[in-house]
Amino acid sequence: MTTEVERVFREEYGRAVSVLVRLLGDIDLAEEMVAEAFAEAVRRWPPVPPSPAGWIITTARNKAIDRHRRESTRGARHAQAALLADEAPVEEVGPVQDDRLRLIFTCCHPALNRAAQVALTLRLLGGLTTPEIAAAFLVPEKTMAQRIVRAKSKIRGARIPYRVPRDADLPERLRSVLAVLYLIANQGRADLAAEAIRLGRRLMELMPDEPEVRGLLALMLLVESRRGARRDGGALVTLDRQDRSRWDHTMITEGHELVRQCLRRGAPGPYQLQAAIQAVHTDGETDWAQVLALYDQLYALTPTPVVALNRAVAVAEVRGPEAGLAAVAGIELDYAPLHAVRADLLRRLGREAEAAREYTRAAELSADPAERTYLRTRLTSGERGFRSRGL
Amino acid sequence: MAKYLLSVYQPEGTPPAPAELERIMADVAVFEDDAKAAGVWVFSGGLQGQETATVVRAEGDEVLVTDGPFAEAKEYLGGLTIIDCADLDEALHWGRRATRATTLPIEVRPFHWA
Repeated sequence: MTTEVERVFREEYGRAVSVLVRLLGDIDLAEEMVAEAFAEAVRRWPPVPPSPAGWIITTARNKAIDRHRRESTRGARHAQAALLADEAPVEEVGPVQDDRLRLIFTCCHPALNRAAQVALTLRLLGGLTTPEIAAAFLVPEKTMAQRIVRAKSKIRGARIPYRVPRDADLPERLRSVLAVLYLIANQGRADLAAEAIRLGRRLMELMPDEPEVRGLLALMLLVESRRGARRDGGALVTLDRQDRSRWDHTMITEGHELVRQCLRRGAPGPYQLQAAIQAVHTDGETDWAQVLALYDQLYALTPTPVVALNRAVAVAEVRGPEAGLAAVAGIELDYAPLHAVRADLLRRLGREAEAAREYTRAAELSADPAERTYLRTRLTSGERGFRSRGL
Repeated sequence: MAKYLLSVYQPEGTPPAPAELERIMADVAVFEDDAKAAGVWVFSGGLQGQETATVVRAEGDEVLVTDGPFAEAKEYLGGLTIIDCADLDEALHWGRRATRATTLPIEVRPFHWA
């Protein structure tokens, strides 16, 4: 693909597919027609038409009409009539925006399992190919292909609707969409994080009044802004030691602004609170009292062991290692970061033998080679200075 | 419109106490009345226990008759409702109502043809 077509593909693929799904009522056919339209663009551009997305959508629709004309079954003629009836120029706002929202909610429908939601979202809205998605999630290509086929056939067979949910269902349905985007952002790959942020921006344009959408976008930006500083060679660098000149300050500025907008809204939710915590971490010296207050709020909303653990780190910073250890004591989880935090706190209290056991267990449980190296270094260095394990 | 089967999955073992059962049956009746009023109800019924089941199976020219359910399971089909809905979201709405009324898990599944 030429770079111009590639850019339009990245930006507009999801929009084009969403419109075609509405017009054709069939996801596979919509994908196929949009792919043909982009192939046509490769042959015909430049010059790039004034509205590239409109051009792609119109071309895809015309190809669908041609396809129906060649097939002379009665059903196809009905479908053709429906397409022709909708031959008005493609609008840039209104129904098109609704189409993208519909598609997001269909891909993330709770009747589909999470892995299928993620795969469909990346494929239909992000335009990623099945091999690309398989590689990103370390799944054999065949498995991923089956996952996508199965999900599409459930959408068709069970009649999962192509519709923005009613207000009563919206909170639950939106939670699912946000969880999918966050999962994509956290997969650990820069390209997927960029895709999640792009989708997050779109979602915020489409649902500007949902503070959690804004909060999630802020959170993804603030976490992503530190990607370049998180590793030094292969080694892990914790937040307090990161070279701040390697942070992406454009992302940080945008993230902070979004957090401020959320605060003004005054309707905190889990993503907004996590974003606010990240904002404190990326705003000069970390104000741990503020971080602890935010974790208290977050724990009240989502009392999970992982939140409890992060809260314990903040407790240790504000009230000392003894208090931190007490806060960790009640968490029942055999989880690398838990052992690492406990190890650091024990070391601060001079309890070296216990600390060594905890570092060893943390290194055993960690799946990330860089993290393992970091933990083993901590184990042998005997270093006392404990700071946040934040990354 | 499409038809969906709502299957009630019942655990093996002792049924609820009579007072509890009475309340459940009353809730199920309300669910059924509401589904009828909404125009989605097609059929519903509760089944006897799986010990009452008999399986018949054609083998060559013979038909074998065996005592007991097709597959012994810890959870078995206890009852069913068939509804006619616009899409899965509507069917899930009635599925939610059904699990609240019966206090049991409900499988929502579309018919391929009916």
